[in-house]
Amino acid sequence: MSNEFKHWGGTTPCALQKRFYLERRRDIIRSIRAFFDSKGFLEVETPIRIPAPTPEYHIEPFRSEEWFLITSPELQMKMLLAQGYERIYQITKVFRKGERGKYHIPEFTMLEWYRRDCSYETLMDDCRNLIKFIGEQLRLPDPFPYGENRLSYSENWHLFTVRELFQKCVGWDPFTVSDSESFSIALVEKIEPYLASFSTPCIVKDYPPSEAALSKCLGEICERFEVYWGGIELANGNSEITDEETLKERFQKVLAFKSSLNVHLPIPDGFIKFFNKMPPSAGIAMGVDRLVMILSNAPSIEWVVAFTPEEL
Amino acid sequence: MGAVINAGDLRKGLKLEIDGEPYLIVDFEFTKPGKGQALYRCRLKNLITGIQFDRTYRSGDRFVEADIEEKEAEYLYKEGKQYHFMVTSTYEQVEMSTDQLGDAVNYLTENLKVSMLFFKDRPIGITLPNFVNLRVIHAEPGVKGDTASGATKPVVLETGYELQVPLFVEEGDILKIDTRTGSYVERV
Repeated sequence: MSNEFKHWGGTTPCALQKRFYLERRRDIIRSIRAFFDSKGFLEVETPIRIPAPTPEYHIEPFRSEEWFLITSPELQMKMLLAQGYERIYQITKVFRKGERGKYHIPEFTMLEWYRRDCSYETLMDDCRNLIKFIGEQLRLPDPFPYGENRLSYSENWHLFTVRELFQKCVGWDPFTVSDSESFSIALVEKIEPYLASFSTPCIVKDYPPSEAALSKCLGEICERFEVYWGGIELANGNSEITDEETLKERFQKVLAFKSSLNVHLPIPDGFIKFFNKMPPSAGIAMGVDRLVMILSNAPSIEWVVAFTPEEL
Repeated sequence: MGAVINAGDLRKGLKLEIDGEPYLIVDFEFTKPGKGQALYRCRLKNLITGIQFDRTYRSGDRFVEADIEEKEAEYLYKEGKQYHFMVTSTYEQVEMSTDQLGDAVNYLTENLKVSMLFFKDRPIGITLPNFVNLRVIHAEPGVKGDTASGATKPVVLETGYELQVPLFVEEGDILKIDTRTGSYVERV
């Protein structure tokens, strides 16, 4: 609720306005490809329909007969890494059940990229370079308007640790209190509004083990980071686990939690088989629709997609 | 008891019963940190007191839809602090107090049709027509020579409502009043 849009009359775009957003979307996707192609990444397409989804505590996959639609191309891209690919990226549709809001739509476009023999630090550099590159390609003014704010795509990003932000905005330590519900609420109610006050993107890094997802942890610090811009969550990246036991343990914890909610999901066996060849690497997923929203000054996600599910 | 609603079904315009009182969701936002829990942020308005506040709900939270009904009613008469109405479809007579009606008492004249909101069969509020016509029962004579545009003077209407109107308005005139703002529109 932080960004106010007063420049458009209605809440949904008319046909003429929609064309502007779809053209901007095409330009951004072209720029993303140009960026990764110039850095020696291979663009890949992995299957959208898979036998077992990535185990996630709070993401609900759609079923497709006995299989599932991907909630991210993570597992299959890591299978490619294990086969020796060094730098790969993908722009693909992903599907998440029940997610619909100003920044959410159940079918959305994800940019995901992986680097072998790198840690999350390299991905942070990629993000800074990518955003600057796209801003320049679009010949956007810098700063440019987003709602009532002004945002900048220059490289002077802000860097925070999770602990530091919780101390500043929330008042308790997420490393000693591990309650994922309170963590989410604190993020949305306290931290995101604070991050919305910066014009350049913010990196939030070093998550507690309870919020590790599939990131590599050194002691209690997990090498995971998020990119926020204008207070909007744009990307989530991490240094990857390479140890098979740790991976299985994390998967089993998630699947047990899901079973307790009466959601029974298969363990991704096919992926685990590849995992003993998993090199040290880092990977990140970025929401393309949200990036288009920000760079085209769109008040909600329906402005930047051809059709929402409600329109079909 | 109203229908049970899950957090995932919350949306703007829905009416909920919370702690025994009816609330309207006036603003709604679904939000979810990528790896975190789905959250449902609501701005709620208490339909009795009008007070608004923000509340964040989670996936597992469940709600009861408020038993709210809207019926057409006709204003009959006032007795002390009680205002008497008749529900037009059933001829049932109901009363509401000055406190419950608030500013609406400024616009009530005999036989005026309003939309009445019931919570669990008890009247909790009315919605007036956007415009009503009311007679001026007291007006100071306009001051001659004062023709500055926008100049106004106070008058009293048949309901006791006092408001500012243009200088040409006289006692006995019928005025069109906007009930949403309480302001003068035109002389009828």
